[in-house]
Amino acid sequence: MKNYLLSLIAVIVLALIAYVGAEAATWPQYVFGIIIPYLAMTIFIMGTIRKILGWARSPVPFRIPSTCGQQKSLPWIKQSKIDNPFTFFGVIVRMVLEVFLFRSLFRNTKCKMSKGGKIFFDLEKWLWVGAIVFHWSFLVVLLRHLRFFTNPVPGCIQFLEQVDGFIQIGLPGIFLSGFALVAGAVFLLVRRIVIPQVRYISLASDYFPLFLIIGIALTGILMRYFTKVDIVGAKEILMGLVTFHPSISANINGIFYVHLFLVSILLVYIPFSKLMHMGGIFFSPTRNLANNSRAVRHINPWNYPVKVHTYDEYEDDYREKMIEAGLPVEKE
Amino acid sequence: MKLGNILSQKKSTIVKKWFDSVAKTYAEDTAKFLKNQADPFANPVGGSLSTGLEALMDELIQGMHRETIVSFLDPIIRIRAVQAFTPSKATAFIFKLKQVIRQSIAGELKEKEIADELLTFEIKIDELALIAFDIYVECREKIYELQANEMKNRTYSAFKRANLVSEIE
Amino acid sequence: MSDELLKPDELIANIEPAPPRKGWMDTPINIRKGMYCYASNHKSVASLDLPNARPWNPLEDDWKLPENWKDIIFNGFRERLDKFRSFKVFMDICVRCGACADKCHFFIGSGDPKNMPVLRAELLRSIYRNDFTTAGKVFGKMVGAREMTMDVLKEWWYYLFQCTECRRCSVFCPYGIDTAEITIMGRELLNLLGLNIDWIATPIANCNRTGNHLGIQPHAFKDMLDFFVEDIEEITGITVEPQYNKKGADILFITPSGDVFADPGTYTCMGYMLYFHFLKEKYGLDVTWSTYASEGGNFGLFTSHEMMKRLNSKMYAEAKRLGVKWILGGECGHMWRVINQYMDTMNGPTDFMEEPVSPITGTKFENAKSTKMVHIAEFTADLIKHGKLDLDKSRNDHLKVTFHDSCNPARAMGMLDEPRYVINNVCNHFYEMPSNTIREQTFCCGSGAGLNAGENLELRMMGGLPRANAVKHVHEKYGVNTLSCVCAIDRAALPPLMEYWVPEVEVNGLHEMVANALIIPGENERTTDLRGEPLAGMEGDDVE
Repeated sequence: MKNYLLSLIAVIVLALIAYVGAEAATWPQYVFGIIIPYLAMTIFIMGTIRKILGWARSPVPFRIPSTCGQQKSLPWIKQSKIDNPFTFFGVIVRMVLEVFLFRSLFRNTKCKMSKGGKIFFDLEKWLWVGAIVFHWSFLVVLLRHLRFFTNPVPGCIQFLEQVDGFIQIGLPGIFLSGFALVAGAVFLLVRRIVIPQVRYISLASDYFPLFLIIGIALTGILMRYFTKVDIVGAKEILMGLVTFHPSISANINGIFYVHLFLVSILLVYIPFSKLMHMGGIFFSPTRNLANNSRAVRHINPWNYPVKVHTYDEYEDDYREKMIEAGLPVEKE
Repeated sequence: MKLGNILSQKKSTIVKKWFDSVAKTYAEDTAKFLKNQADPFANPVGGSLSTGLEALMDELIQGMHRETIVSFLDPIIRIRAVQAFTPSKATAFIFKLKQVIRQSIAGELKEKEIADELLTFEIKIDELALIAFDIYVECREKIYELQANEMKNRTYSAFKRANLVSEIE
Repeated sequence: MSDELLKPDELIANIEPAPPRKGWMDTPINIRKGMYCYASNHKSVASLDLPNARPWNPLEDDWKLPENWKDIIFNGFRERLDKFRSFKVFMDICVRCGACADKCHFFIGSGDPKNMPVLRAELLRSIYRNDFTTAGKVFGKMVGAREMTMDVLKEWWYYLFQCTECRRCSVFCPYGIDTAEITIMGRELLNLLGLNIDWIATPIANCNRTGNHLGIQPHAFKDMLDFFVEDIEEITGITVEPQYNKKGADILFITPSGDVFADPGTYTCMGYMLYFHFLKEKYGLDVTWSTYASEGGNFGLFTSHEMMKRLNSKMYAEAKRLGVKWILGGECGHMWRVINQYMDTMNGPTDFMEEPVSPITGTKFENAKSTKMVHIAEFTADLIKHGKLDLDKSRNDHLKVTFHDSCNPARAMGMLDEPRYVINNVCNHFYEMPSNTIREQTFCCGSGAGLNAGENLELRMMGGLPRANAVKHVHEKYGVNTLSCVCAIDRAALPPLMEYWVPEVEVNGLHEMVANALIIPGENERTTDLRGEPLAGMEGDDVE
């Protein structure tokens, strides 16, 4: 079966389980609203810590940055301080640009002139745009959700909501980030399916999180704009979770549990998958090291002595010939 | 020259179909890359194909200048001569043009005059294929020559420099 | 008469079957002539005490592996995950976005999907997931896991020796995943089973014993340079006197042995000799060559970290024995990756030398104060900046030059502007290739990382196509006839590449041009360059 169909079906089945379960009786609401979220959070935290400790446990024996600009050498040669950092500060700037603006991916994004002198982008060039939209809107959506976990809601979150919701068409106001998230995820998904090169390298585990995130975003949108979930009830449940006084609310419908269940699945999925790239980027030795290993000695903790062919052995092999050729030797 | 006019009109579609048929000789994902990446420096294979095929079509329509043909056919064949192709696979794309043209002007072909002209035109395509064959063989010979020379340069000149060979002066 | 039933479409299809539309895991390995290098010679492998030395042939079914080869791979894999954070992280975080896919010169040239950097890495990742991750153990193929089999091993061998470790993909990767690093690890694992190629195995065996890849014995090394002394005398009337293994010299000079033995690198070597003569006569610079450390290149990098360290150790050992102040390194690509990113860590610290200072200009090479090794392009750029070289640019007027950034100095060091500064000061006609083919985006020569053999010429021609294509552009646009570079492998690999794709372009080294332009006290009027080619305006004159 096609990889992406498999993933799509998996997400739909998961959603149905939660919906049917939560609508059918009360007891599954305890499962989907309390037990699974706690379980998921535990697995997420433990799994992430385990993964990160695992990376941290392996040393960085060599200083191997990919240098993407002029090195620091002679004082009058202009160094590319960000793309080929020599100092820790340079590395920080490089990492910030990498993490927040996907600088390396941006190198991909060049508009090209066609034969007629017309500027065009092809689908591939939009990868950077799609990635930026997806990740930033995800972050905003995530931060906005803090309003459900805090009481009183911090000012900065309220401000973020105001900026995000500056378009007002009726009630409730529209949060752009939610729609941008769907758009970004759908773009990344379509790109994966449509571009044969990318489809060829894609695994079921690449499609699954995209469908999952689309599912989460859609159920969220559904609740806010269409089924008009009981926000007070929802907040009660969520506040209960974070304050360790879990409870469920009678006014909450199945969609909410689908949303919560898919989020739980995502949380569990993260530490065991490529979604750990969000932590991994900070550990990438080709980006997070300064290119100064000729100036400052980098230490390899497991450096060990190796067998070498010494000069004395070499001279023993060739002494006669060296003397004959007039080359200086240690032992005549 | 009715046929010439028709082909000139439909040139861009014919060339595009022809290009597609060549791209199809690569893996699916590679084919897409060849078609989509327009920067000739990021995609030299696709680049030489898209400029080459169009120019070859022009030559077929307008007149057959061997030099011009070689200048556009050479880069294409030169690439295919080192890629994973047998001689027939490397040059078959030229015959493919016959099919592409017949499909593209199927309607017009009912007219006898055009059908006759097409026969002559197809002889030109055959000629193109023969030139391609020449280039292919030349490229392969070049490869073997380079291989032989590398071996020779690496060993023989080293010996020579080390005064280990005697040469007739 | 079944032929008549076939449509023409099908006939053509018979000649040109469409490639299979299967997933990459289900596409069987097909080791093709022209794409692979011969297997390592067992004598070379044995002489280094590396595992499983035996004659074998990649085209045969039986690769003569030890019974427990799967355990060896598994344990070796785990050991490397524990020792290299790079490897562990790169196994985990790829999201398969495809940004790297079309950045590899081998993919661009060959169209083989398994040459996309992401897939090359997936060859290893699929095994990693199966053996070391929970998800892989539970979900198997769905999450891209597969078991280690003989076919997988053959695939590793075939494709890891179709990667030149050029790092171009790592420039575009949003997480900096470096296929070179993955290839290095994969080749280490293969070497645990004795699966190397001979173009690497024999040079490292030679280098270990004689000090250089070509197995040149000390007296022959001196003979070679003496031979150049004669050539230089013929062309310039100057007698240069290279010094060998000289104790107490100021500077030890180490360059790849390729330049000593193979054209056109030999002209670069002559360039160095003339240049050092000038510096000695004018400024008293005391430079010595070494026959023990007579190899700058290090094919150990293409074998294993341990082998790299074994071969590299000679540089410091020789510097210590001779008591030099610091080391000057010649033009070489991967040699400089080793020096810049590995040497000091592996074989330092170097407290027996001084922090490098140019005795002529007094410039401190701050960026090399720990390794104590300076690149000759840095050294020369500094001299030119201070006006210490007497240069006649017009002596290179017969050359229209473009510059090929070698992968390692570009992407593992960042030496981009120093050579350009030198070129602009020694010749009048310099033209850059398109921006997405130079500097950090430079395209590989297609023969790096030990793939410069004769039997895989098709692979090399395909891999070099993107580079050649950019050269062809400047050749057609500006009449460029010279491709200059700072790498000995380039000087061996680019000439056949040019001969195939852009026959009118010759390859040279930076310091060949420096020596052409250098005005040396007491020299005859130059009528030819170091190659014996007439200088511009001298074409008609009789060469004496």
